[in-house]
Amino acid sequence: MNKLIKISFLLDGRMFSVETKSDRRLLDILREDAGITGVREGCGEGECGACSIFFNGRLANSCCIPAIAAEGAEIDTIDGFSKTEEYSIISQAFADAGAVQCGFCTPGFIMASAALLRENPRPTDNEIKIGLSGNLCRCTGYTMIIEAVRLASGRMARNV
Amino acid sequence: MSEKFTNAGHSHSKIDSIALACGNEKYTDDFMTDTPLHIAFLYSDIANGIISSIDYKAAEQADGVKLILYHGNTPDTLHTTAGQGYPEPSPYDCRMFDKKVRFVGDRIAAVVADTYKQAEAALKLIKVEIEQLPALFDIEKAIDAGSPVIHSDDEYPAIPVTYKPEENIAAEIVTGFGDLEKGFKQADLIIDETYSMQYASHCATEPHAVSVHFDERGRLVIITATQVPYHVRRIVSIVCGIEIKNIRVIKPRVGGGFGGKQEVFLEQVAALAAWRLKRSIKIVLSRKEVFISARTRHAMRSRIKMGVQKDGTITALDVDDLMNAGAYAPHALTVLSNAGAKVLPLFNKIENLRFSGRSVYTNLPVGGAYRGYGATQGYFALNQHIDEAARYCGEDFCEYVKKRHIKSGETSRVFEALGEGKEGVRQFIKSCGLTECIDRGAKAIEWEKLRGKKLRNGNRIRGVGAAVAMQGSGIPEIDMASCHIKMNEDGSFNLNTGATDIGTGSDTILAQIAAEALKTDYSKMIVLSSDTDTTPFDTGAYASSTTYITGNAVKQCALKVYDLILKAASEMLGADKNELKVEDSKVSSRDGRTVEYGEICAFRLYTSGQLQIQASSSFVAHESPPPFTAQFADLEVDIETGEIILNRIAAAVDCGHPLNPLLAEGQVEGAVLNGISYALTEDYIFNSNGRMTNPDLGRYKIFNTVDTPEIITILADTYEDTGPYGAKSVGEIALNGPAPAIANAVYDAVGIRLRHTPFTPEKVWKLLNEQ
Repeated sequence: MNKLIKISFLLDGRMFSVETKSDRRLLDILREDAGITGVREGCGEGECGACSIFFNGRLANSCCIPAIAAEGAEIDTIDGFSKTEEYSIISQAFADAGAVQCGFCTPGFIMASAALLRENPRPTDNEIKIGLSGNLCRCTGYTMIIEAVRLASGRMARNV
Repeated sequence: MSEKFTNAGHSHSKIDSIALACGNEKYTDDFMTDTPLHIAFLYSDIANGIISSIDYKAAEQADGVKLILYHGNTPDTLHTTAGQGYPEPSPYDCRMFDKKVRFVGDRIAAVVADTYKQAEAALKLIKVEIEQLPALFDIEKAIDAGSPVIHSDDEYPAIPVTYKPEENIAAEIVTGFGDLEKGFKQADLIIDETYSMQYASHCATEPHAVSVHFDERGRLVIITATQVPYHVRRIVSIVCGIEIKNIRVIKPRVGGGFGGKQEVFLEQVAALAAWRLKRSIKIVLSRKEVFISARTRHAMRSRIKMGVQKDGTITALDVDDLMNAGAYAPHALTVLSNAGAKVLPLFNKIENLRFSGRSVYTNLPVGGAYRGYGATQGYFALNQHIDEAARYCGEDFCEYVKKRHIKSGETSRVFEALGEGKEGVRQFIKSCGLTECIDRGAKAIEWEKLRGKKLRNGNRIRGVGAAVAMQGSGIPEIDMASCHIKMNEDGSFNLNTGATDIGTGSDTILAQIAAEALKTDYSKMIVLSSDTDTTPFDTGAYASSTTYITGNAVKQCALKVYDLILKAASEMLGADKNELKVEDSKVSSRDGRTVEYGEICAFRLYTSGQLQIQASSSFVAHESPPPFTAQFADLEVDIETGEIILNRIAAAVDCGHPLNPLLAEGQVEGAVLNGISYALTEDYIFNSNGRMTNPDLGRYKIFNTVDTPEIITILADTYEDTGPYGAKSVGEIALNGPAPAIANAVYDAVGIRLRHTPFTPEKVWKLLNEQ
């Protein structure tokens, strides 16, 4: 059954409500209804992480979440996250390290990096690799992305 | 070298980095034009057949459906989807829709509907009857008499080249020099082996997409994820019969290309649907559609026969390549020719040489441009032969190559013999840092310490191997790029080029080149690229051309503008042009008076000798200076499981004077990792009906962070005089090294030759057990 449903959730700190068909994914709602195009679809199967968001504070692939599951949830996307100091440090580290090439995967990697650094502010290289293993990049060979997280971690430590 | 320059040679993050990071930059699917219609494609699940009937009445009546396109109601213009210079060196062998299907994934029809889901639902209502024909999956059998003929419907080449569709031959090349027979007679050893490389997908993170709408005056605006905006405009115009003047192609940010977006196969369908319905249209492929219907790396079988003397002299080299074009033949000639043209000049002392190759049609997915472009396949084979030759004569691989590779001041007869669908262009190498690459790479990987030592750690045996390669910098006498620069009264400049930044950072590099010539900072450049209405022509992002060819156009153009600035400043300061000193956007006279760039522009706009300070330039290269690479793999082979554990790869690259070392290193690392996963895991697994059984990123394995070994990147210190501020290309070359370096390292460790990629544990284990 593909009936109309109404869902409301906290999107980047503000209440967001939408009436939608029940077969849509959270990714579709974010991109098409909320206009947040920094959340991207690279595979639609939870393999690439380009659609990464925070779902109730945890890193998640929005392509794998049915829209209805967002009811009452707290969703943070790159759009809201990019207004934070935490983002500024991470994104600047990505730029400085050369970790941004085509940029399609970058917002997803930044969300994954933030999730990692919140849990583990001083990760080892191996922990960085594991933390970012849910995201795919075809441009960089990852070396500069790992360097970026290392750089962000160091800068955050100095900021505290 | 960099100390001479204020912009060129300095690492800067890309000018779009932060906007990309926060998700503000827009890709094709991010343009939410006024409620576009969506297209879903009906693909053939039969590898070879003739469509005997299509009944789409029910689909036409379905909810939201606006139009159904198929061979019966679309133009049957034969064309190639290869986005190449015109007329293209690829045969005109495909139609927008055809009454014949030639591979699983060939398009039968397109449904245009209000929503994608409606279009997709309507696909199921189309009844298609296909008269199935025997299918051809084996390249070795393609040219056998009695094999099914895949193209027999007026297909033709657009330029005079060998094209024999009646024999399934999409392209054929035979060239060479010297006397092979004599050469083989002089040899002490003949190494005759056959290699193969498999299908691969580019896996750009952004799937192919196009978004079409009309402007206020009814012109068609095509926003598209492409590497070739000008070729898109031309091909859409020809195929759809829409005048060039009514088409505007805009390339927004592109989420990676790697050659996959050098194809024009969605834009004409979207344009035609939009033109007929006078509505906006959007097509975004799913990942599965990219795998099964978009372009791939050509699978290739390469047989090399090499005559070697005891002192290491190569007396004869006979290369015979058989390339799988797939069902259509975009790039089938040029990838094949590059497997020779970009490979064989490297060992330029060989006196007796033959390169012969055929690209053959099969009923499998379509090959196309893919970073490395044939050189990847060619070097995989050649480097293992060189490793064997060096071992035979008792020389170290590195020393063997250093003695024999092409050097600065030298040429190769191959340059003249092999071009892009015609004879090549004679050239002498002006810069070659390959020996430096070999020395620095070997040091980084601890070659002396590890080579031949077979260090054992439990079930694992360690080895190191090396490979060398070159590429080109654009296509000489064919590729053209142009640019336009104008000055603003705050001292900033608009830099408009047709160059296509698909994530490589070319917008940034070109800004650095212009700023260098203009003696200003690159942050003063406002870069606009790839819009056929507002930026001048460029062939596009392929053939490792942008830094060299567009870069030279930009440098020339900026120097013209610089001259106009000096002329105005000389009037303002009442001083001779030759006595002026220019630094950091300021012009000073000898008596110490200074005018700033902004004032100079304002002077010309409003005060005296009024004109817009501006210039344009075009550039065609007369040579294609090759970048070089030496790559080293340090790995362990698990002799129980056959698994290859890659510890480190060192990639040393001579890309001339790197204009932006940070971005150049990024190009190298990305290409190296693509090369590693192509060597180890990536593959199209076909079933017996020619269907790809692993069309997703989970089962078609590309590497993630955890899989990635340490990559050591080294940029050699060279300077190419013909390049903009010393630069050569860097985009493709590094992909050519990993597979042969890994194969040679495996031999070093356990003495087996891996001549067929990918090197899966099963393959390695089998070979170990055959020993």
